[in-house]
Amino acid sequence: MQKINLEVNGKKISKEVPDHTILSNFLRDHLNLTGTHVGCDTSQCGACVIHVDGKSIKSCSTLAVDVNNSKITTIEGLAKNGEMHPMQEAFKKMHGLQCGFCTPGMVMSAVDLLKNKKNPTDQEIRKWLEGNICRCTGYQNIVAAVKEAASKL
Amino acid sequence: MKTFNYHVAKDSKEASKLSSSNSAFLAGGMTSIPSLKLGLATYKDIIDIKHIKKLSGIKVSNKTVTIGATTKHAEVASSKEVQKAIPSLAKLAGGIGDAQVRNRGTVGGSIANNDPSACYPSACMALNAIIHTNERKIEASKFFKGMFETALKKGELIESVEFQIPEKSNYQKHPNPASRYAIVGVYLAKHKKEVNVAITGAKASVYVDKDISKALSNNFSISAINNMKINSSEMNSDIHASGEYRGSLVLTYTKKAIEAC
Ligand SMILES: Cc1cc2nc3c(=O)[nH]c(=O)nc-3n(C[C@H](O)[C@H](O)[C@H](O)COP(=O)(O)OP(=O)(O)OC[C@H]3O[C@@H](n4cnc5c(N)ncnc54)[C@H](O)[C@@H]3O)c2cc1C
Ligand code: FES
Ligand code: FES
Repeated sequence: MQKINLEVNGKKISKEVPDHTILSNFLRDHLNLTGTHVGCDTSQCGACVIHVDGKSIKSCSTLAVDVNNSKITTIEGLAKNGEMHPMQEAFKKMHGLQCGFCTPGMVMSAVDLLKNKKNPTDQEIRKWLEGNICRCTGYQNIVAAVKEAASKL
Repeated sequence: MKTFNYHVAKDSKEASKLSSSNSAFLAGGMTSIPSLKLGLATYKDIIDIKHIKKLSGIKVSNKTVTIGATTKHAEVASSKEVQKAIPSLAKLAGGIGDAQVRNRGTVGGSIANNDPSACYPSACMALNAIIHTNERKIEASKFFKGMFETALKKGELIESVEFQIPEKSNYQKHPNPASRYAIVGVYLAKHKKEVNVAITGAKASVYVDKDISKALSNNFSISAINNMKINSSEMNSDIHASGEYRGSLVLTYTKKAIEAC
């Protein structure tokens, strides 16, 4: 067991966890933050993408103990005062989702993209989202949503 | 997943002291964590080396680019200094996996793992890299021993990788469309006295194609290799590509690399 101190979506958290706890399980099962989805569970699909100290990572392939003392943002932390984040708004407006399973990871990954690149081209969006797999939308509207968000941010 | 004890090492000495025949170092975790989860590996101790300051960072001199073992692919890809000194190396790092893999995966983890289709081993071979460990210096040509096998001894820690700056170089990859690992990757480097063409993805482990390298050392042009026959008998054959197809890709991508130089 190890004690970890984190800031999750702006809230300070201190918990004891077994050493081998995977971060996605920690978020979902220990903190009840079930917005972070687990698809492949082996770092291939991107459903579990969250931000650690501002950078997008796959939480299914990270140990909870490994992010001790960091700041974490999950999909639940994007909306502020009941207002959706512009990326969430854009996914809604442009029909960037169908079943919604991939969406939390897509949104978290896309938010990180716009931090790195303010006005990405279609190709840059597609390249950045290579690690996020969607089996419903065919990606067109996801790319459109990221462009829409870029124009608003 | 089986349980293990997680340790944070403060320096190289502590990391190697903590290691045993039943331990692994934890860098980006992009290979080790999925392997643990799939039961492909089990360890008693996991030793996190990311907090060892000395292991991270990029240093560029006139002749070499030295990258600390725990430097992430994303840092190499976006480094202005690397882009200037060896643009193909920055490009290679920027083409690994996806954005989230690049935000975690490290050069040390990549070469220690020596996946037959990993990108960095080809850069090490083509750029006459020297691998600095806590015990010794190892030339790239003596480092990669076979599939997932290296010259590293148990508990030996890679501290940095020193790449020789070439006159010209280029990396071309035919990526697996799902993982972006190389089905075939060709790293071509033209040094003052020689040309090295290192191939990844094609065989059990990275190698320098001696015939192609020799032909291009004599005459650095596509015509020098146009009629070359590639022996594909030892090449990997799987659902993604047959050995023969990989052989053909080796030549095609070498030509692309020459063109892009
Ligand atoms: C979806 C996906 C796509 C990928 N695509 C590509 C690709 O296109 N091209 C490519 O080249 N790679 C690819 N990778 C691999 C990735 O780039 C990582 O480099 C690789 O997984 C290992 O690095 P790591 O830092 O994550 O190592 P870890 O997983 O932390 O460690 C791996 C092994 O290396 C050992 N190790 C780590 N650091 C050291 C050190 N300093 N000294 C000695 N031993 C050490 C550990 O003990 C462990 O056995 C991909 C990975 C994933 C998950
Ligand atoms: S669940 Fe993490 S990448 Fe698929
Ligand atoms: S909306 Fe269903 S997987 Fe993307």
